[in-house]
This record gives sequence, structure tokens and C-alpha cells, in this order.
Amino acid sequence: MTTLTLAGAINAGLRRALENDPKVLLMGEDIGALGGVFRVTDGLHKDFGGERVVDTPLAEAGIVGTAIGLAMRGYRPVCEIQFDGFIFPAFDQITTQLAKMHYRSQGRINLPVVIRVPYGGGIGAIEHHSESPEALFAHTPGLRVVSPATPADGFAMIQQAIASPDPVLFFEPKGRYWDKGEVDLDAAAGAPEGLGVARIARAGTDLTIVAYGPTVATALKVAEAAAAEGTSIEVVDLRSLSPLDTATLAESVRRTGHCVVVHEAPVFFGAGAEIAARITEACFFHLEAPVLRVGGFHVPYPVSKLEHDYLPGLDRVLDAVDRALSY
Amino acid sequence: MSQSTSPDDVDLIQLLTPTGQRVDRPDYSPRIAHLDATALRGMYRDMLLTRRFDTEATALQRQGELGLWAQSLGQEAAQVGSGRAASPQDMIFPAYREHGVAFVRGLELTKILRQFRGIDHGGWDPKDHNFHLYTLVIGSHTLHATGYAMGMQRDGVVGTGDPQRDAATMVYFGDGATSQGDTNEALVFAAVNNAPVVFFCQNNQWAISEPTSRQSRVPLYRRGQGFGIPSLRVDGNDVLACYAVTSEALERARSGGGPTFIEAFTYRMGAHTTSDDPTRYRSAAEEQYWRDRDPIDRLLALMKAEDAVDDAWLAELDEEATAFGEHIRTTVRSFERPSSDFMFRNVYAGPHAIVDDERAWFEAYQRTFVDVSATAGGH
Ligand SMILES: Cc1ncc(C[n+]2csc(CCOP(=O)(O)OP(=O)(O)O)c2C)c(N)n1
Repeated sequence: MTTLTLAGAINAGLRRALENDPKVLLMGEDIGALGGVFRVTDGLHKDFGGERVVDTPLAEAGIVGTAIGLAMRGYRPVCEIQFDGFIFPAFDQITTQLAKMHYRSQGRINLPVVIRVPYGGGIGAIEHHSESPEALFAHTPGLRVVSPATPADGFAMIQQAIASPDPVLFFEPKGRYWDKGEVDLDAAAGAPEGLGVARIARAGTDLTIVAYGPTVATALKVAEAAAAEGTSIEVVDLRSLSPLDTATLAESVRRTGHCVVVHEAPVFFGAGAEIAARITEACFFHLEAPVLRVGGFHVPYPVSKLEHDYLPGLDRVLDAVDRALSY
Repeated sequence: MSQSTSPDDVDLIQLLTPTGQRVDRPDYSPRIAHLDATALRGMYRDMLLTRRFDTEATALQRQGELGLWAQSLGQEAAQVGSGRAASPQDMIFPAYREHGVAFVRGLELTKILRQFRGIDHGGWDPKDHNFHLYTLVIGSHTLHATGYAMGMQRDGVVGTGDPQRDAATMVYFGDGATSQGDTNEALVFAAVNNAPVVFFCQNNQWAISEPTSRQSRVPLYRRGQGFGIPSLRVDGNDVLACYAVTSEALERARSGGGPTFIEAFTYRMGAHTTSDDPTRYRSAAEEQYWRDRDPIDRLLALMKAEDAVDDAWLAELDEEATAFGEHIRTTVRSFERPSSDFMFRNVYAGPHAIVDDERAWFEAYQRTFVDVSATAGGH
């Protein structure tokens, strides 16, 4: 076991993928000598060269569009979008082309493209640097959408994503980049199918908190605080929004009878709505309260001095836990 | 050295050498003939106070008063020269480091710091000085500027021959932005509509860590030519040349002659932002090379050679800069965190049931903290 940050673990996973498969390429803005603005690609340009770790022109549509062409030639491009808010110039390429090529070609064309997106807030940034656009992509058939919450998952999941025959939107919780955890660098990455499997991050009996990416750590803190008051909370780390591991979710909520979904993205038309609907369908007679959602408001990501009012922090999640349990 | 293109380029329009000697050009010298000693001192003051503002903001970020800062250091001549060529009725679309242009437009510069302090997404009314908000998504505002110029065409404020009435639009962007699809589409729209817009590209040679050679294999102004737009390259550290070429371009736009693409060849003397570490990608020798070509020193050398300035005036300016610095520091420190309901305001122009519900819920939720523990906040 090695102690790594999430950023370091993803870096190690990228390095492993570059070593194992000569078709793997990294492409993005400032990922070369600089190592990316978050240093996730630190050292890779030096060790694998500019042909495999490519500093691209400043054009996201160009990055994803050319990644599609490279994938058609058998490469496995891993694109970095510098910040969540800058993925939108590429939105057309991702949703109308990347997501649909396999379908349109009747399976004749695979596009194993990974798009890494540092996302989420809480870092005191200016506009466009703290957003959570994952639902827009989960809503698009043809894309897999995942988000690691721990260094161990960062290391394994980036390799699984690269091995996946499908396009993967890989959302990295940038506010957790420097959180540390134990990583087994000798472990095999596991099959790409493992990408869609949720993880019980903490076992409990009274209520299930469903979280992914940056909110998993928040949920664990909530569980800790609730335990001090005698409430036993189970935390499910989804890892993947598309596909969604409904079986693990339903199994948990059937046991606890209560569920709170937490994400940073706005609640209105967000991932939580889909999760709540599926849990309600699967667990209707086991539920003792409606599934509650805690997340961002239906406002553009606010100025950073107000972001802790906007983000689902410990207190707001605890409030929802109380409401669910006293329903 | 990282330059893909040499600053000694024969195409480079220069009216002032790096050591401050005038260059006589029949095409552009007449455009600065009216700039007397007072005008030169005015330009110098604009550049110096812009730099003071930038230095103060950088220090304030280091002290934790700002979340981030994007320096204009080294780009003062490009910004002040071009900005001074614009008329009040012209509309300006900046990117995010055009503090010198903001100053010339008359914006109270501390307003810019509201965004970087994390209390505002804008900070001023764009109509006050015909100076739009900063845009952080690279290149997207080039299209807004082009559309705005198309509106000017339709409103009959182009080509009337009345200098008080005729107007144009000018948009600022960097070398990196020239790769973005939006920027290229803006050039297409401007060209086919003959829109009165000046594309002012500050080629500061770096897009964060990427040199301009990662964006283009030809000097950037030639990109504009490919779209059928008159294009030129000016020494961006020469305030007089920047003024001259921009006044020509704006005049053409206002009179109905259509768009111009200006590449101002300059250098980003500071880091990309206060989060950046340039030692990872460029050499100290390169930085020194450009420090020796400081645009402010260049103008001062000219003014001294032409007796356009004396020590008393410089001392007075120094005092003004000191007071300005003090003003910036106290103003920023007085900027308060907005109240929480600020985030719910202005999402829509009209009422919206979901926003209204969420705001009401949040206010009630906040009150539970006040009631229970008598301590607001903390959630
Ligand atoms: C669409 C988009 N992609 C990426 C970024 C992140 N980013 C911010 S500034 C920058 C470099 C810009 O370089 P340039 O256009 O040369 O302007 P400069 O900052 O040098 O003035 C990048 C990549 C962004 N703001 N917008």
C-alpha cells in the first residue's frame, strides 16, 4: 500500500495505462511541461514525450473532435478538460458525435475516448471553475459517466475507463484532489465493467446517504456526526451515474427505509431526481419517508464567498437526515 | 527563447524602438503627430497607474484578500495605446486582463477586484463606460462583440460621417484564444457582414504554459488575412504604434470599412495568474529579455529625450500612485461578503417558482440556526 493523494493516484493510473498500452494518448491544454493546472499529468510529458502527452491548441471542440478521429484509427485518447465550465465548446462533439458513433455504425465503430473533467466547487474559485455538469452527460445515451471519490478508486477507475470500449466522462472532484488515501499500486485495475458498480463506503442501518465524487467525504462526516447521536447511517458511493447501480442502491434502502441523495449539482432536474425515482419504484413498500435530495440551488454557481451556502455541507445534509427520520 | 516568430519581424509596425527612439513611418507617423508632451505624459500616467493597480492586486491576492489575480504586467502599452484610440461611443469587449483598457475607459478599477474577491461575477454596469464585463470562457465574447457591431450597423451609427455619432466595437483576446472555434466564427461573421469590429489580439506569447507555436505556425495576424480581413502586426510594447494602428482600424470600422485584425506582439511578464508557476515552462533568460523591453521604460526614455517630462512631474505622479495604492487597499478590504440571498437574485428577469421556493426554503433554514444557537452562518 502507498499513501497517495487523489491527484497522485490518477497520475499513477494514467502512467500505468501509458506503460501498458502504446495506443493510449493524453491530450489537453497545459498537460505537458506544466503537468496540468492541477498537476494530474505531472511528469508524464517528460517520461512519455510530446507525441503521447500532447499539449493541444486551446480549443475543446478540437480536442474531443480529434480524439474521435484518433480513436477511429485505434488510439485510446484521454482528454483533459481544464475545468468543468470549459467543457461546453466540446458539448456538440461529445453529445452528437462521441455518444452516437457506435450506435449509428451498428457497432462497427468503437470510440474508447476518456474525457477527464476536474469538477465541483469549494475551492474559492472564480466563475466557471466550480461547476457540476455531470447530469447533462448522464442524460446523453451512449456515454458512461463516472466519478471516483477516493485515491484507490482514482487509480483503478481511470484505468478501467481507459480500457472501456465506450466513451467515458471521468469527473474528478477537484476539491478532493489533495485528500490522501491508501492505494495498492500492484493491484490489477479490474475489468472495465467494474466501473458501473457502487460501493458501500460505510455500513449502517437507519438511513442511506447516496453520494458520489466530492460529496462522499461529506456523507461520511455526516455519518460520523449522526453516529455520535445514535443514528446509524449507511453511505453508498455510487462511483457511476451511467450506468446506475440500482441493485446496490435498492438493497441498501430496503434495509434502512430512509434515503437522502447528496450532490453538488443543482437539485432541480439533477441526478438526485433520477436516483430518487428509481429507489421509489424499487423500494416503495420499504420506504418510511420520501427520498430527500440535498444539492445546489437552481442558480448559476454563485460567487465564491457564498459557495458554502450553495454547497451541500454537513449541516444541510444533517438537516435532511433529521427530516427523513422524523417524517 | 520560445518565440515562434521574431519580434524583429519586418512586418512589425513600430514607431518607437525598445530604447525609445522614434521611427518615422509615412503610413502611421501622421496618426500620432498630434500627440504633444501632455498627451505623452497622459499615456505614461495611464500605464504607470495601471501597473500600480496590478502590483497592488497581486499583493492583495498574496495576503488572502483576493482569491485570484490575472496580471496585466507588461501589456500596458498594448492596452493603453489601443484603449486611448477608442471614442466614448465605441463599445469594448475585454477578456480578463485588460485592466489598462478599463482604466482608460474611466472605470473605477477597484470594481474589477470584486470578481477576483469572490463577491461578484461582474462588478460594473457595462453601459457606464461602454466597457463590457470580463469574460472568462476563452473566445466566447468575440462573437458577442461581432453581434454588437452588427447591431451598430443596423442602428445607423456607422458611416454617417459624423465623428460624434459613428461608432465601432473592439474586442480583446489572447494568442491562445485564436484557436477557439468561437473566435474563428467571429472572424467569419465579421467578414461576411463587414461588421464594424476591431479584433485586438494581444499576443503575449503564452497561453498559460503553451507558447504561441502550439496554436499557430504562422504569425497570428495572417490568420485574419485568411478570413479576408485587413490584418496587421504591431509592436505591442510600443504605446504610440498601438495607438496609431488602432485609431486607423477604428476609423475604418466607424466609417463603414469593416473589420480589422490587429496582432499586438507583447509579453506576459508575470505569471498567467497568481495560481500559476511559470518556472515550470519558461526560462529566466526569456523573462529577463522582456523585462529589458519594458513598455513603460520605453515611453519614459522618449519623454526624457524630448524633454516632455521633468523630475517634479514624475515625483507628483509617484505621489499620486502611492495614494492610488492606498485607495485600492482600503477599498478592497472594505468589500463585504454579500448576504446569502444575493445568489438567488437576478437568475431570471421575472419571477420563477423554483428559485422563489428555494430561496424561501433557504431563508427559513438559515433562521433555524439563528433561533436555536443564536449564531448565524456556519453551514
Ligand atoms: C474555453 C476555455 N478553455 C480553457 C480555459 C482555461 N484558460 C484560462 S486562460 C487560458 C489561456 C489563455 O491564453 P490566451 O488566450 O493567450 O490569453 P492570456 O491569458 O495569455 O491573456 C486557459 C487555457 C478557459 N478559460 N476557457
